[in-house]
Amino acid sequence: MKKVLLINLFIQLCLFSQAQDVNLLVQRVKEKINRVNDYTADAKMKTNVSFLKVPVASVKLYFKKPDQLKIVNEKGISFIPKGAVNMNMNNIFSSGKYTVLDAGSDKLGKTVVKVVKLLPEDNNEDVVLSTLYIDEVNEVILKTKTTTRDNGTYELEMQYGNNISYSLPAKIIFIFNTKDYKMPKGVTFDFEDGSKKKTADEKLKNKTGKIELNINNYRINKGITADVFK
Amino acid sequence: MWNLLQIELFKIFKKPRTYLAFAVIAAFIFLIQLGLYVNGKDWMMFMLGSLDETMVVDYNKLVNGYAVCFFVLNLLLVHVPILVALVAGDVVSGEASMGTLRLLAAKPVSRTSIILSKYFATAVYVFALLIWIAVISLLVSLAVFGKNDLIVAKTSGLQLIESSDVLWRYFCAFAFAFIAMMVVAAISLLLSTLSDNSIGPIVATVGIIIVCTLVSEMEIPIYQKYIRPYLFTTYMLGWKGFFYIGSTADGETIKGSIEYLPGIIKSLVALLVYIVALVSSSVFIFRKKDILS
Amino acid sequence: MPAIIKVNNLSKKFKKINAVDGLSFTVQEGDVYGFLGQNGAGKSTTIRMLLTLVKPTAGDISIFGKNLFTHRGEILKDIGAIIEKPDLYKYLTAFENLALFAKISGIKAEKSFLMDHLKMVELDERAHDKVHTFSQGMKQRLGIAVALVHNPKLIILDEPTNGLDPQGIADMRTLILKLSRQMGKTILVSSHLLSEIELVANKMLIIHKGRKMIEGKVAELLDPSKSVVYIETLNDEKARQVIIESSWQRYLQPGAKGILLKMDKEQIPVLISYLSQLDIGILAVKPTHSLEDYFISLTTPNNYVESSAN
Repeated sequence: MKKVLLINLFIQLCLFSQAQDVNLLVQRVKEKINRVNDYTADAKMKTNVSFLKVPVASVKLYFKKPDQLKIVNEKGISFIPKGAVNMNMNNIFSSGKYTVLDAGSDKLGKTVVKVVKLLPEDNNEDVVLSTLYIDEVNEVILKTKTTTRDNGTYELEMQYGNNISYSLPAKIIFIFNTKDYKMPKGVTFDFEDGSKKKTADEKLKNKTGKIELNINNYRINKGITADVFK
Repeated sequence: MWNLLQIELFKIFKKPRTYLAFAVIAAFIFLIQLGLYVNGKDWMMFMLGSLDETMVVDYNKLVNGYAVCFFVLNLLLVHVPILVALVAGDVVSGEASMGTLRLLAAKPVSRTSIILSKYFATAVYVFALLIWIAVISLLVSLAVFGKNDLIVAKTSGLQLIESSDVLWRYFCAFAFAFIAMMVVAAISLLLSTLSDNSIGPIVATVGIIIVCTLVSEMEIPIYQKYIRPYLFTTYMLGWKGFFYIGSTADGETIKGSIEYLPGIIKSLVALLVYIVALVSSSVFIFRKKDILS
Repeated sequence: MPAIIKVNNLSKKFKKINAVDGLSFTVQEGDVYGFLGQNGAGKSTTIRMLLTLVKPTAGDISIFGKNLFTHRGEILKDIGAIIEKPDLYKYLTAFENLALFAKISGIKAEKSFLMDHLKMVELDERAHDKVHTFSQGMKQRLGIAVALVHNPKLIILDEPTNGLDPQGIADMRTLILKLSRQMGKTILVSSHLLSEIELVANKMLIIHKGRKMIEGKVAELLDPSKSVVYIETLNDEKARQVIIESSWQRYLQPGAKGILLKMDKEQIPVLISYLSQLDIGILAVKPTHSLEDYFISLTTPNNYVESSAN
């Protein structure tokens, strides 16, 4: 019996210390992210959505704490996924109160990462669950998986370059759910050119879309007006 | 031949009817432009359907000169055949009913050159009409709505063509439309050689186009399989093919590409075959015809 | 005199109707050749064949000594024509019409040259008015200017006085005579009125139902001392043969249906007794007193020529 109690205590201690560890890790990651008040950056945006054919676009990113992010194509036109605002890490931590769970370690490519699950304590929060894959050495997030109430599940993958000290990635891949896309009847301008077409069902069903941003030219904490986000 | 062509052009461009077509086109395009100027954003949102559930896009930018022109062409090019028939259906039969055909045919010019000069003169008219459409629908739209990327909506999805990749597509599209309209002109010419009044060929041409378009569009397997491949109307919309841009496997458009060039080439060849067949028939019939009018 | 037009055994069939049936005639240089017949006799069809508007079913046409079908362009260059109504491009001006046809005819015409032509037909003051504002007479005059603008050797006028007022008809007559006498043109003029033809033509041909009835010099055909007599027999073919083989042959009118002779009145009983001797049963002898009577008789329903033709 004593033995059992002892083991139980040990396990609880271990768990506690582990939770302490991940809490600390998350805290450190968060602090690093918090060093950025605002930034602007240039990026090349590549879109891969089943019902879209678009060119690679040159866009500008605007960010302001706590959670304002805007992607703007100043010259041409770009389709920006609605959930793109989630492309910044602050958003994950913004609600403030959450439970941190250690989900062990994993490997992303060659990097060993810590897997951490965040559960918001507020039940009205859109985010239901976030899973973070954290590079413990550099204290940056390499990947997130977020399940939301309204916007489905999305994934972020980050690769870092010069601005790793600010936790700002050089490349982001954003994977998200696209809803069924329907064209209104009678407005399309189809011409049967005899090429083999995928059936509409095949193409337009609920699928995932992917956006890839190659970011450079960060200008960090130079101040940014609120007008940009209007 | 050059003399005759000049004469035929002189006749066409002296006829008030000729300018009717230009006026109708200007009015039509102006109405579309006005409508889109006022309600362009709403129209674009409607066109793009449920897109705004997934994507954020600047609809105001989508309503640009290129998009307006594309919309105009989609609505207009279906109706231009009527305007082409109005002039082409009249070239022989109009002279027959007026009584000048006998004067013309009693002159030291061959019947073949009469018909060919009439067809070439019609070609100049059609060309002028398309230039007119291009100027009003493209240049004026660009001036009013500005220049930006062009969105093309297909049932299989949306595609965005960079603005720097658009203009040549319009040139090709207008060139293709010219060939397509020359098929209409050739039908009118043939009917015109068979008739002694000008209304008949005009109405008949329009009727033929309507029927063929309906059969082309009807998704009835037997028509699709056995009739559709032989109808000229099937190929007349080939100009749109220039606005179907090629893409990589992951949906990135390839600048300067066409999704399916063989389809366009096939259409073009089909239309040219139609032109040659119809014009040769017109020449054959007119050479054998007794001019009794 | 060289033959300007030589038509040999010309026929045109429209479905089952023989519009022109084995027609032969010759127009000599300098002739004003009257082409007379009722409406629908085949005049217009013949003229259209001369102008290559209608293709003959059979027969040959040579103009200026050349085959019309092998030398079409060359021949048509030297022909000017008004075919029925002088319809021109209504939405063009008189000047534009004239310039246009001058160009098609292959001549390079200066403005002053064209204006001179319009002056000749008294349209110089209306040169720049659209043709749809013109009266029938003005259109006719413009039609003449168009027909003459390339200085043709042969002029073909199909019913040129149709729809003209008396003054217009008189003017047309004057013009035809002027073209012939002063300018030496060869003219083929068709009409359904003998009175018109006899005033301008030196030769004429009467055509009925696509066939030649009578051809000859107007002065001879209209000689008042001669009578035209039509003889109806039990056997027309035999009677004709008999006449051809006899000295009566010279009175027989060529090409005509039935037996039509032109002779002094006094000789008629002599011919009848001659035929009776040869056992040719004579049913009727119908004298007509002039070519005019004969021509009018053609236009009368149930006339004897028609019944004989059947």
